[in-house]
This record gives sequence, structure tokens and C-alpha cells, in this order.
Amino acid sequence: MNAKHLPRVLIYGVLLIAAFFFLAPLYVMLATSFKDADQIRSGNLLSLPTSLNFESWALAWSSACTGVDCRGLKPYFVNSVIMAVPAVLISTAWGAINGYVLSMWKFKGSEVLFGFMLFGVFMPFQVVLLPMSQVLGFFGLSSSLGGLILVHCIAGLAGTTLFFRNYYTAIPKELVNAARIDGAGFWRIFYRIVVPMSTPILMVTLIWQFTNIWNDFLFGVAFSGADSKPITVGLNNMANTSSSVKSYNVDMAAAVIAGLPTMLVYVLAGQYFVKGLTAGAVKG
Amino acid sequence: MAASLHIAGIRKVYGKGDKAVEVLKKIEIDVAPGEFLILVGPSGCGKSTLLNIIAGLEEPTEGELRINGKDVIGVAPAQRDIAMVFQSYALYPTMSVADNIGFALEMRKVPKDVRTKRIHEVAGMLQIEHLLDRRPAQLSGGQRQRVAMGRALARDPQLFLFDEPLSNLDAKLRVEMRAEIKRLHHLSGITSVYVTHDQIEAMTLGSRIAVMKDGILQQIGTPDDIYRRPANTYVAGFIGSPNMNFIPGKIETAGENGKFVFLGGSLDIVCPDAKEVTLGQRPEHIHIDPNAPWRGEVVLVEPTGADTYVVVKTSVGLMTVRVAPNSIMKVGEQTGLTVSSRHNNWFNAQTGVRLV
Repeated sequence: MNAKHLPRVLIYGVLLIAAFFFLAPLYVMLATSFKDADQIRSGNLLSLPTSLNFESWALAWSSACTGVDCRGLKPYFVNSVIMAVPAVLISTAWGAINGYVLSMWKFKGSEVLFGFMLFGVFMPFQVVLLPMSQVLGFFGLSSSLGGLILVHCIAGLAGTTLFFRNYYTAIPKELVNAARIDGAGFWRIFYRIVVPMSTPILMVTLIWQFTNIWNDFLFGVAFSGADSKPITVGLNNMANTSSSVKSYNVDMAAAVIAGLPTMLVYVLAGQYFVKGLTAGAVKG
Repeated sequence: MAASLHIAGIRKVYGKGDKAVEVLKKIEIDVAPGEFLILVGPSGCGKSTLLNIIAGLEEPTEGELRINGKDVIGVAPAQRDIAMVFQSYALYPTMSVADNIGFALEMRKVPKDVRTKRIHEVAGMLQIEHLLDRRPAQLSGGQRQRVAMGRALARDPQLFLFDEPLSNLDAKLRVEMRAEIKRLHHLSGITSVYVTHDQIEAMTLGSRIAVMKDGILQQIGTPDDIYRRPANTYVAGFIGSPNMNFIPGKIETAGENGKFVFLGGSLDIVCPDAKEVTLGQRPEHIHIDPNAPWRGEVVLVEPTGADTYVVVKTSVGLMTVRVAPNSIMKVGEQTGLTVSSRHNNWFNAQTGVRLV
């Protein structure tokens, strides 16, 4: 090795340390979840499990206790799916339509309106907790999954609108003009011409929204009822349920289960994510 | 069926109050059925705005617009029965070539079998049948241009609008597509309005040319009219390549045996009854004559193949002269210039307006 290689070695060294730093918690979680109680007590936090033990996963999923309720994480997981899927789809579609209007059908004041919507991206959500609970009460949606879906749609709208609006701004206006002359109307132009061009930004928005909504704790804890708690709240309650022995392996398995869907979405749609984020930066 | 186009008193103002910008000032143009009208002018002259107003993509601030006698102000673009070819082609990127061409027909609920037949007809006319299954991204610039033409042709509209359709092509393709557009217009006979800033396109394609500047129609006429009898110094300078030569001076004697005096020389030619004038001379109407009293120095020799252009520096300015390609002129050479007694364009020195 000579001086020429030194910078490269340094770069790889730093990258490796960073990778280890970020992957270590995942490793600890997975390793711990496969250990039994004896191994956890006797072994080191970083040591490999001596045998694969799936028992804690089964416990976490279907029979771990939260207080006196011993149905595991399953009901919370189901709640989160029922909440996240429609909320993600609605907020994405809504954002796409908003973005389409704000970029291609500008009207008097549309830029100001967009400015106000941008404000929503930076607003801390704690600010809206109280007024939002009043609104939910007014609509009769308090402590229900329907209420959570509505909250997530509105909270995500600013972000999704921003994504789509900026992506659509790069689409030449002539395309819309050509379609208008060809006889297509507002909606026809949207779903025949604009939506088919939106795959990358659609993927970005879907991942973004799914991650945000699935991982949300604040709204979940504030607006859910006894039967509508999402998985983040469920996980928290389960881990905080005190019993004589702390079963770390079950808690770890539960945490991995809670994080699995977002990881899955990244794996499935992740290749579009980077593409979508950089699209528009370069033409083509 | 070819349609007529009637443009009367069209004004377009952007903004309000102090910031108002008038981009079109009372435009009056009548286009006869089957005509090929060229709107030409420098960028920002309002020609594209006028085209967008005809298309219905923008509304005029005031004025009257009739397509085939029918008032179309406030009518949606789709209902005006027009087709438009854009500079960027504006092909739908996610659709095949066939779907691009057939889109307007589909929007008008033309049955699928009729549509397919028409798509193949148009593709045949443009020799793009082998490309029908491709996406626009897989096509070359010239092919995209053809597809854009095909999309406009498919519907057999009353009016064709072209917005600088050849600007994105390389020089050779541009000449080729220019001929193609001319052939297609001949074939279809559809009234067309064509916007360009290229004066060669204007001269070769147009049955009439409308020259615009600063939102004002400077002159409208046949290419021959515009070239031979430009209405003012602006039109004279804009149309023709190389540019017309301008010689500012004074008329000493008017009439048949007139005398035109200018800085560094004089010409004994037929002069109009005026004092302060500008004489415009095309490069082909000004000649090299080594013995002429009007002297100058050759500063540039530009052979183009068919002709050679010689730029001569005189006391009144640079004069471009067209000479035979085989003539031997050298940079730095002293020479004399004369003009034809006919083909003189006289303009008012102050206003630039044509005198005779």
C-alpha cells in the first residue's frame, strides 16, 4: 500500500464504520429475538444466538400480553393496515390532483395557495392536536380508524402536493395544450397523459406516505380508541407492560414485526425512490 | 373543406395598470380558404401569442376572430376544429406513435376500426408506418416531427396551426421537412397559419407572409411583394439573406435624371420627390465596378457555393454585394460600387416608411 491508496482506504473505512453503526441496532434486535431467556441472561448483547428460537416471534404476534389483553400484536397490526392503506392511497391521489392543478391549470392566486400549503410541510403536528380532536368530534370520528385515516390524509396532503406539483412543473405546458386541442378535458388529460408519466414520483410519494403513516405515533396515541390503536402504540404498550421477567426477545421480535412492512415497501419500490427523487433534475 | 380565417382588431394586454404590456396591437389579417399564411418576426413580436389566440389557448383582450365565418371567441380549443404542431412536438411520451396519431380521433369517439384505418393512411402519407408501435422516446428528431405532423393531419381539421415546427431540427432535416410540409399542404389544401422566425422558411412556404414587430403588423403580402416592395426599413432588413444594404443620404435632384448624394459618394439614378431618405439595395442589385466613383475597401469575402458575397467598407457603412462565384476579390482590395437603376427601395429617413 502506498500514499496513493490512502484516501480511498480512509473513505471505505469511514463508510464501513457508518454502516456498522446503523446496522448494529438491527442486528441486536434480530439476534436477541432468536435467543431464549437463558441466552439473554448469560450472553453478551452482541453475541450470536446459539440456536434459532422462533417462539418469541409467535408470542409477539399472537399471545403476548398488553395489560390483561393477551392477543399479541396482531390486532394492532391489522388496525395499522386498515388505517395506512386507504390513508396512503387517498393522500397520494389527492396530492397528485392538487399538484396537477397547481402546476398545469394555474389560476389567480394559485401560487399563494401553494405557498400556504408549503407552510403545512413545516408545521409541527403538535400544534393541530387540539383543534383536530375537536374537528374529529364534530364529524363523529373520535377514537376511530376512520378518524385516523382522515387525520393522516390531511397531515400528509401538504407533502404529497409539494412532491407532485414540483414533478409536474417540469412537464412541458405544450403537452397539455396539445391534448386540449385534441379534445381532451381536465380529467382526461390527467389520467391519460399526466398519470402515466408519474410512476417515479408516485413511488416516492407512496413510500414516503406509507413510512410516515405506518410509523406515526403521535396521532396514533392521541386520536385512537381502545379498538383502533395502531401498531406503534401497541408496541409501546406491550413493551411497557410490566411483568416479573422482562422478555427482551419478545419485545425485539415485536419491534421487528412492527418495522417489517416499511422495510418491505422500500425493497419493493425502493429502486424507484432514488430515481424519483432525482427525476426532473436532469431532463429525460 | 378549407376554411377562411378572419382576424380583426385583436389586442392582447398582459398585466394591469402601470405594468400592463400590450403584446398585440390591433392585428387585422384575413386568410382565404386554402391559404398558407406565415407569421414571421423576431422573438417577442407577438406572433406566438397570436397563434395561441387563434388556437384558443389564450383569449384576446379584445377583437374578433372567425374561423369559416363562425365567431370562435370563448370557444374551447377542442371545439374550434383545428390542429396544431408544436415546436417541442409535444408528443404524449407514454403512448405509442399510433396512439399519438389516433388520440384526437379517440377523444372525438371515432370507432376503433375507422381510427386504425385513418392512422395507417396518415402514417403512409408521412412514411412512418414502420414506427407505429414505437414510443416517442425511441424516435429521432425528424421522425418525431413527422409523428407530430401525423397527429395534426389525422383529424382532417379546418385549420392547421404550426408553432415554429422546424426550429429543433438540424439544417439538412429542416430543408427536408420544409419540402414535406409544402407537399402536405398541397395535398390536403387545408388553410394553414405558420409561425416562424426563419425568413427562409417564410419565403419558401408561404402563399402570404405577415411580418410582425412589437405587436404590430408591419406588412402582409406575397413573398414576392415582401421581398421586392418592403413596406418599411424593418421589413426590408428582416426579409432577405444577407440583409438589404441601407444608404442614408439626401436627394439633390428628383425625377428621371435624379441625383442621390450620401457620405463618400453620389449616384445618378431615378429619385423620388423627397429630401432626407434611406436607399435600400439588396446585395444582388449592387455591383462591383472597379472604375466607379463610389469607393470602398473589401473587408470580407464569403463564398457560399452558388454565390459569393463580398462585404465592402465604404464611408456610409458596410455594403454586402453578391458577385459571381468565380470572381477573384481579395480582402484589402480597393474597389468601386454602382447600383442598378431599377430595384431601388426608397424609405423616409425619419420614419423608415417606404416612399414609392
